[in-house]
Amino acid sequence: MNPARSSPRSKMPRSKMPHETQREVQRDPGLLRGVLLATALGFLGLFVLLPLGAVFVQALGKGFAHYFEAISDPKLHESALLTLLVAAIVVPINLVLGVGAAWLIARFEFRGKRLLVALVDLPFSVSPVIAGLVFILLFGRRGLFGPLLAARDTQIVFAVPGIVLATLFVTFPFVARELIPLLEAQGVAEEEAALTLGASGFQMFRRVTLPKLRWGLLYGAILCNARAMGEFGAVSVVSGHVRGRTVTLPLHVEILYDEYDFTGAFAAASVLTLLALATLVAKKLLAWQLVRGRRAGGAA
Amino acid sequence: MSPPAAGVARAPRRVLPGFSLTLGTTIFWLSIVVLVPLAALVAKSSEVGLHGLRLALTDPRALAAYRLSFGASFIAALINAPFGAVVAWVLVRYRFPGKALIDALVDLPFALPTAVAGITSTSIYAEHGVLGRHLAHWGIKVAFAPAGVVVAMIFVGLPFVVRTVEPVIAEIDFEAEEAAASLGASRLTVLRRVVFPALVPALLTGFALAFARGLGEYGSVIFISGNMPMRTEIAPLLIVTRLEQYDYAGATAIAVVMLAVALLMLVAVGSLQTWSRRRLGGVR
Repeated sequence: MNPARSSPRSKMPRSKMPHETQREVQRDPGLLRGVLLATALGFLGLFVLLPLGAVFVQALGKGFAHYFEAISDPKLHESALLTLLVAAIVVPINLVLGVGAAWLIARFEFRGKRLLVALVDLPFSVSPVIAGLVFILLFGRRGLFGPLLAARDTQIVFAVPGIVLATLFVTFPFVARELIPLLEAQGVAEEEAALTLGASGFQMFRRVTLPKLRWGLLYGAILCNARAMGEFGAVSVVSGHVRGRTVTLPLHVEILYDEYDFTGAFAAASVLTLLALATLVAKKLLAWQLVRGRRAGGAA
Repeated sequence: MSPPAAGVARAPRRVLPGFSLTLGTTIFWLSIVVLVPLAALVAKSSEVGLHGLRLALTDPRALAAYRLSFGASFIAALINAPFGAVVAWVLVRYRFPGKALIDALVDLPFALPTAVAGITSTSIYAEHGVLGRHLAHWGIKVAFAPAGVVVAMIFVGLPFVVRTVEPVIAEIDFEAEEAAASLGASRLTVLRRVVFPALVPALLTGFALAFARGLGEYGSVIFISGNMPMRTEIAPLLIVTRLEQYDYAGATAIAVVMLAVALLMLVAVGSLQTWSRRRLGGVR
């Protein structure tokens, strides 16, 4: 009735195995192959692998003793805790709202949908600095709500709430972006079947939709988490860099670097880098899961 | 997104529940987190007025910052487009040991916090760095020079090109390649006349995305650029500088210019994608 269409925006290539003749036709001559392969690997090596390696070379440059000393700095732990706190607030909020936005965009046609999609994507194209600036303009001492906040003796910018808001802004599209192609590819047959069999809307969502989305949700959560923990520009603008109160891990890196404590800065950076690497591994594993799930779905 | 049937009025088919609920929460949340804050920026800029905006556009320091931001992200995207396409090609078409690793590595710029990218590139290209040392021999200065800005922007923009071009390569019509080959075209001719034209929309989209990302980039650039006014100061940094001087109007004026360009890029990417979808649809 409603065949699952594969969205042109979905990241995964279609899972059709190329047969032998196809591979024959598409084979590049050996020399070309070598040149292209060397170019690709050289480019990635120079611009991605080298900076990655340099983090650890710099962090361990003065030996493991220095590294462990830098890692066990209580200030680093403080900032790491704040980073974890911000992510723990931002990621669940984005998950819930991302599912809602994806359901809306993937399942319904309505006037103004294209505009809504563009607006959901908007934070991707706005400079993180602007994402910070807008909250200063709203909640700063001379901002729109500044007097109101001062009268109530509450602070949003240069405090944790501001960091959370700025992070919410920059991570807004992540979950929805991952879920929309997934929902579109899955089609609505199973949901409609559940409804026909008498399930309530909530039951249908919990028993049919959510299980199908679980890997996509995890995928979105991981990407969102990586950005939330690593965000620098937006957070730097609204944080005010108050030691022990509004310094996240990326800001801690900046402070140490500006104080010429390079070993400390790179030690803190190595923690963030390990987080990034863990994110990439998890992402890769989940992508396989997603492809498998889609194949299973397609076969059914 | 389903392709809209142009001009045909469709009756809304809303069998599935949750339309009003998700519409309400999405618009509410979008407003609180994104739209109202951006509206505050626009409201503030009306306070600044046309005169203030013109000042922000013509102030020599701001002009130099725009020139660097636009120029560097343009060059970075220009470098990323062909190299990113080669990376995508290799990842889709070739099999080689360590391919999964390379594939994961492409996403590193997405996952690595920008501050980390900034300090590590600086350490490489600084005077005593692994590469900086050798480049200094040739009299080439990358860190604390405009070239450093380009290097940082290449890093952050690379995955945009690769991930945009990759699915298109995977979906290129095999029969077109076969037909060209059976008519006697050499492999190079096939690549140039059949494969490349099919990739053009995706390449342009990837270019635009990488360009937009570079334009707004802050974290990875400020460490390597050295932040000298008039020489290596990017526009986002100038916003921060103005804010730190409590010059909210000045910061807002620059931000509005940057936001307008970002919106233009968004529209450009949108139309590119519509165009490419139509083209791909025609080929299939």
